[in-house]
Amino acid sequence: MLQEESDLALIIAQIVQKLKGSTLYAQLERQAWASLQRPEIKLESLKEDIKEFFKISGWEKKLQNAVYSELNVFPLPSHPAAPPEHLKEPLVYMRKAQGSWEKRILKSLNSMCTELSIPLARKRPVGEQKELLNKWNEMGTDEPDLSLFRPVYAPKDFLEVLINLRNPNYENGDSHSFRTHLGLIQVPLKVKDIPELKEFFVELGLTAGQLGIDDSTQVPPELFENEHVRIGQKVLSEQDSAAAQQYIRQGSPTALRAELWALILNTSSQPEDILYYEQLKTNVIQHDLLVDSLIYKDVKLTASNDDYYFVFEDYLYQVLLCFSRDTSVLGHFAYNSASPPKSYIRGKLGLEEYAVFYPPNGVIPFHGFSMYVAPLCFLYHEPSKLYQIFREMYVRFFFRLHSISSHPSGIVSLCLLFETLLQTYLPQLFYHLREIGAQPLRISFKWMVRAFSGYLATDQLLLLWDRILGYNSLEILAVLAAAVFAFRAVNLMEVTSLAAAEAVLADLSTLKVMPLLQIFLFATVT
Amino acid sequence: MNTLVDVLHHRPGWVEVKEEGEWDFYWCDVSWLRENFDHTYMDEHVRISHFRNHYELTRKNYMVKNLKRFRKQLEREAGKLEAAKCDFFPKTFEMPCEYHLFVEEFRKNPGITWIMKPVARSQGKGIFLFRRLKDIMDWKKDTRSSADQKGDIPVENYVAQRYIENPYLIGGRKFDLRIYVLVMSYMPLRAWLYRDGFARFSNTRFTLNSIDDQYVHLTNVAVQKTSPDYHPKKGCKWMLQRFRQYLASKHGPKAVETLFGDMDNIFIRSLQSVQKVIISDKHCFELYGYDILIDQDLKPWLLEVNASPSLTASSQEDYELKTCLLEDTLHIVDMEARLTGREKRVGGFDLMWNDGPVSREDGAHDLSGLGNFVTNTHLGCVNDRKKQLRQLFRSLQGQKKTPN
Repeated sequence: MLQEESDLALIIAQIVQKLKGSTLYAQLERQAWASLQRPEIKLESLKEDIKEFFKISGWEKKLQNAVYSELNVFPLPSHPAAPPEHLKEPLVYMRKAQGSWEKRILKSLNSMCTELSIPLARKRPVGEQKELLNKWNEMGTDEPDLSLFRPVYAPKDFLEVLINLRNPNYENGDSHSFRTHLGLIQVPLKVKDIPELKEFFVELGLTAGQLGIDDSTQVPPELFENEHVRIGQKVLSEQDSAAAQQYIRQGSPTALRAELWALILNTSSQPEDILYYEQLKTNVIQHDLLVDSLIYKDVKLTASNDDYYFVFEDYLYQVLLCFSRDTSVLGHFAYNSASPPKSYIRGKLGLEEYAVFYPPNGVIPFHGFSMYVAPLCFLYHEPSKLYQIFREMYVRFFFRLHSISSHPSGIVSLCLLFETLLQTYLPQLFYHLREIGAQPLRISFKWMVRAFSGYLATDQLLLLWDRILGYNSLEILAVLAAAVFAFRAVNLMEVTSLAAAEAVLADLSTLKVMPLLQIFLFATVT
Repeated sequence: MNTLVDVLHHRPGWVEVKEEGEWDFYWCDVSWLRENFDHTYMDEHVRISHFRNHYELTRKNYMVKNLKRFRKQLEREAGKLEAAKCDFFPKTFEMPCEYHLFVEEFRKNPGITWIMKPVARSQGKGIFLFRRLKDIMDWKKDTRSSADQKGDIPVENYVAQRYIENPYLIGGRKFDLRIYVLVMSYMPLRAWLYRDGFARFSNTRFTLNSIDDQYVHLTNVAVQKTSPDYHPKKGCKWMLQRFRQYLASKHGPKAVETLFGDMDNIFIRSLQSVQKVIISDKHCFELYGYDILIDQDLKPWLLEVNASPSLTASSQEDYELKTCLLEDTLHIVDMEARLTGREKRVGGFDLMWNDGPVSREDGAHDLSGLGNFVTNTHLGCVNDRKKQLRQLFRSLQGQKKTPN
């Protein structure tokens, strides 16, 4: 009992600490001062009266949402004396692996820099600034020469690193034993099995209504859809983050999705937020970064070539270029196993006072990065709103897909979860694919790293991301990957090479996500 | 990627006729029609893919004339409100005969942009934008002088049309919609609407500053293909389902229902306006490609109607769409005499008008709350045609007394 109480006290203290620096705190303070003018606030019962006022005016709800948001994102400390590295990543060998991966990336970036003799950052001459400002809404029409640039890394490079991860405390020896994993991932992390997943994803069960299944044309809307939409509207009018998160587990109606996501991610549209975005835009105009060229190249290679996202090309530049300059993103490194790369002012190598983070937000884009933003363009059209939503999605979810950690939603765990599910419930398929040299993870890795963006049809992708937000976890990506393999198992059993297996799984655009998940989790005999 | 040839060859029991052989079905082009239709004898069962005088609907100057006449008639018979439902066509004047009327309208609206289009050409050829009378006076001189030089070649007919300056933009780009309407007869009027279609995007960002840049304004894929920005991989098309979903998430389902209802109105009224003029031959049917432009107030405008919409596929997705479209067209033409004639849906086609409005099977209620009639159209909606065709033909087989 005592332990729980002191844990709770610690958590409360940490959240209060975190929120003290936020605009919400300043707003609440101002509101409290202003409320003193009101007749119902009496000096004798000042505290209770102000609390009551907050409740009625909706400020308590806002505070609730902020606290809920923090709880979702910030990991709970295991011990009050745990050093900050433990918050990032408790396992030493994982931290080490992430550190050496980062060194490799930075080396690659620096060598590209030296080869092309382009500085990491430079101030734009005034003429260039004016030109960029004029072209801000149509940067896609620019055709800079990007032939010499190459992406810093691609998902398959990252996969190789993960395959070579080993826990030094877990002696496997060189020979294969019953303890060696059959898949590519060889680290012993705990992942959920289907009974645990069934419990975790209980709202996706056969007895509950789902958008993505029960809103199809054959089902009369009175059975589920109408009521679900009505509840969604109610949740929005109450502006309750936690309720929205619970609600969205059954999917979000198309018309309400943009607002629901904004509520769950607890973004606001105050003038300060728009101003912040404008400030970032000014930074982009004034300084040119090497990563900008990487971003351009990525957008041109991926989103611009996509049949559906090519339309949003300009928005992608507007979001990603600003994103690289946003130093508030550095905050997420407190709970991300990765650390922002450091660079030094010219001539001051090694001197800490002259160290800067590069890029300013500490995130180096890789091949396919722009696909995290592309689906959001479907929902948000105002640049500062689109930007905020993307940033929140990144610091809550996407960062886990390309950093090495033991977190259950981290990419390593997702890979292991995928492989374990496949081995346990489709052993024949797994064995067959392994025998022909087509380890399933080699095919599904790219789907998971991109959270399926660009592989599924957009409406299906948005239904999937609804559930990511609802369950505050990326595990559903691994479950879906396994479900896709299960769905195409018959064809896969007949292939005889990796290339043929890739071909069977090349086109996911016709898949319906929710039925696949439901069948795999709830309707397969285990 | 010739979809028509593939579909015809794959149809079970159909054989291609060479040269002068006797045919039962002909997907002809309009020039053949013009030269041969009048002296070709056709048996009762024979079908041909055009109406003799389809140009009443598809040539821009005739269409305008017919629509104006129909509008006047509606105003006389049913009042101004009803006639206003025909205001989906931007103000158009035939040149050179309506030049003076055009100048009057031009002077009433100074500063707006106009577009000049040749009546009979396709694929965006010969089109240009202008804002000053001086621009077309120059053009008039040019065309007349070249005609004089060439001697007896007549001046081509053009129409001057009010340019829609506030098109709906997605990603900063202008687009138009290509929608397919199948007319099986005009007297009585029987028309089907295909669920699929696509939005064609301009490759460059929309701005009124560059009216000389025809790549910005013209969204025909044919024109876009020649733009220096064009990358064939891009395709620059969105399927209508994607477009409908995008609008629904931005404006809500009610606004989308209203927009699509307005589009139904365009199809039906445009066909009604030429109903009495087109020679309704029972051998004829026609698959039209409607070009619709949406403006920022979510009002649809009719740009033109094509009698021979392009059947070449620009991508795999496009190939699927066009082959399915043609297959379903052939199902409805029904050379095999399998249908009862009472069907409301065949594959991806929904019966839109059957000498009167067609009601929905499920008796759905009207979302707009205006007590309006809910039509049997599902443009941009789920197209589960394979399943529907299977069910349809299975039940038809069950109904027949003698098996095929």
